Amino acid sequence: MKPMDEQHIIQGLVFLLKKAQTELPSDVVTALKQAYKKETGIAKIQLEIILKNITLAKKIKHPICQDTGMHSFFITIGYESPYIKHLKKLITKAIKTATKEIPLRPNTVDPITGKNHNDNLGGQAPFIVWDFTGGSDVEITVLPKGNGSENMSALAMLNPSDGITGAMDFIVETIRKAGGNPCPPTIIGVGLGGAADSVMNLGKHALLRPVGIRNSNPKIASLEKQLITRLNKLGVGPMGLGGKTTVLDVHIKTAYRHPASFPVGVVVQCWANRRAQMVLHADGSWEVK
Amino acid sequence: MIYHLDLPLSSKDVKQLKVGDVLYVTGKLFTARDKAHQKLAKAKNIPFNPKEMVLYHSGPLMKKTKNRWQVISAGPTTSGRMEKFEGNIIKKYGVTLIIGKAGMGEKTKNALKKYGAVYASFPGGAGLVAAQTVINVPAVYWLEELGMPEAVWILEVKEFGPLVVSMDTRGNTLYSPKEYI
Repeated sequence: MKPMDEQHIIQGLVFLLKKAQTELPSDVVTALKQAYKKETGIAKIQLEIILKNITLAKKIKHPICQDTGMHSFFITIGYESPYIKHLKKLITKAIKTATKEIPLRPNTVDPITGKNHNDNLGGQAPFIVWDFTGGSDVEITVLPKGNGSENMSALAMLNPSDGITGAMDFIVETIRKAGGNPCPPTIIGVGLGGAADSVMNLGKHALLRPVGIRNSNPKIASLEKQLITRLNKLGVGPMGLGGKTTVLDVHIKTAYRHPASFPVGVVVQCWANRRAQMVLHADGSWEVK
Repeated sequence: MIYHLDLPLSSKDVKQLKVGDVLYVTGKLFTARDKAHQKLAKAKNIPFNPKEMVLYHSGPLMKKTKNRWQVISAGPTTSGRMEKFEGNIIKKYGVTLIIGKAGMGEKTKNALKKYGAVYASFPGGAGLVAAQTVINVPAVYWLEELGMPEAVWILEVKEFGPLVVSMDTRGNTLYSPKEYI
């Protein structure tokens, strides 16, 4: 790889991070505006400040939230891409640059000592999920996620006899107990099936689907709709101060499971469901959307 | 009721505030999260006076330009993580107003009642709206040791709000019982 290419791609990745941190996707903003219309009193005040904050972030190009989160990357890389060998290194460099330039809050600390090296890097940081496809393009999605919401995520290894009913009850109970902690109205990513590790990953991956889009499987789409209704009846409301809107959406992703277990992964995302996508072509050119 | 108050709050101010009141404050805040609370709980001497300020549960995003600290984003962090310390901190330092998000538990509720203090909420994630009210950053403590999010930042604010009083001196709270605290 030529040094020119390297600089250009790092610039693209920094741009991707900046876009994710400063511009909330339009589907999320639309859902928050709809919630604002529905709410009254204290709940409305919360959403009014949130919407004002979103507008301000886009205008002054500063991160929406001071918790700029930990970075998860979901990458689908074409086998023919000339950047297979280099991409991880380029992302690492981009995060270091972005931490200073955007700036991002240095969030990664040593798990044992708590020491902060001020660069948002470290073991397994950033966390990258790789997938492969044909061609030479690379599709990169970044999901910077804060930990007020991440702390409320939960795993259940249910008995298969508990079934879907048990899974639905566990999800509702998780969100009820979380109260205002994850910064509602939240977006809930649910993994069903797989194993203890993969089910949480499914839940996180589910957050990438735009708000308002249902699962293509009608049976799963129906579960999503039932959950949205049940969760919004909890009355937790914006920031836990009571109201009609506890969740903006629920997205379920499934995987085949072992007949002896029924894993359920609930990944809770705050209203600031920050995500952005980039396509990197074989000639080093890129687009961020 | 809507109040515009100067900090620190007088005991009269504190007592008149009720859950559901909206509040705009002007004066000094000190930020403290998990690690600063651990230090404050143990410390014999600290380099600032919490009595003169408001305790703000926040780990701001700061930027240093020409030797001056600038606030980029400074919304509240989850207050529940500080629950195990807060009763003692209120007692030890005479804090009269705590600003955070998502509320606190029974121990804090009792301490607010006993020592005369209130808890007010600002929406999590609204870090830029909060940062716009900061007019000065007079000091930072324990930055090298604790890192940016966990350090104690002194923030001078003008009309920081709208804050919603969500726990008052009468033992009232706008939050459902906290199960994750």
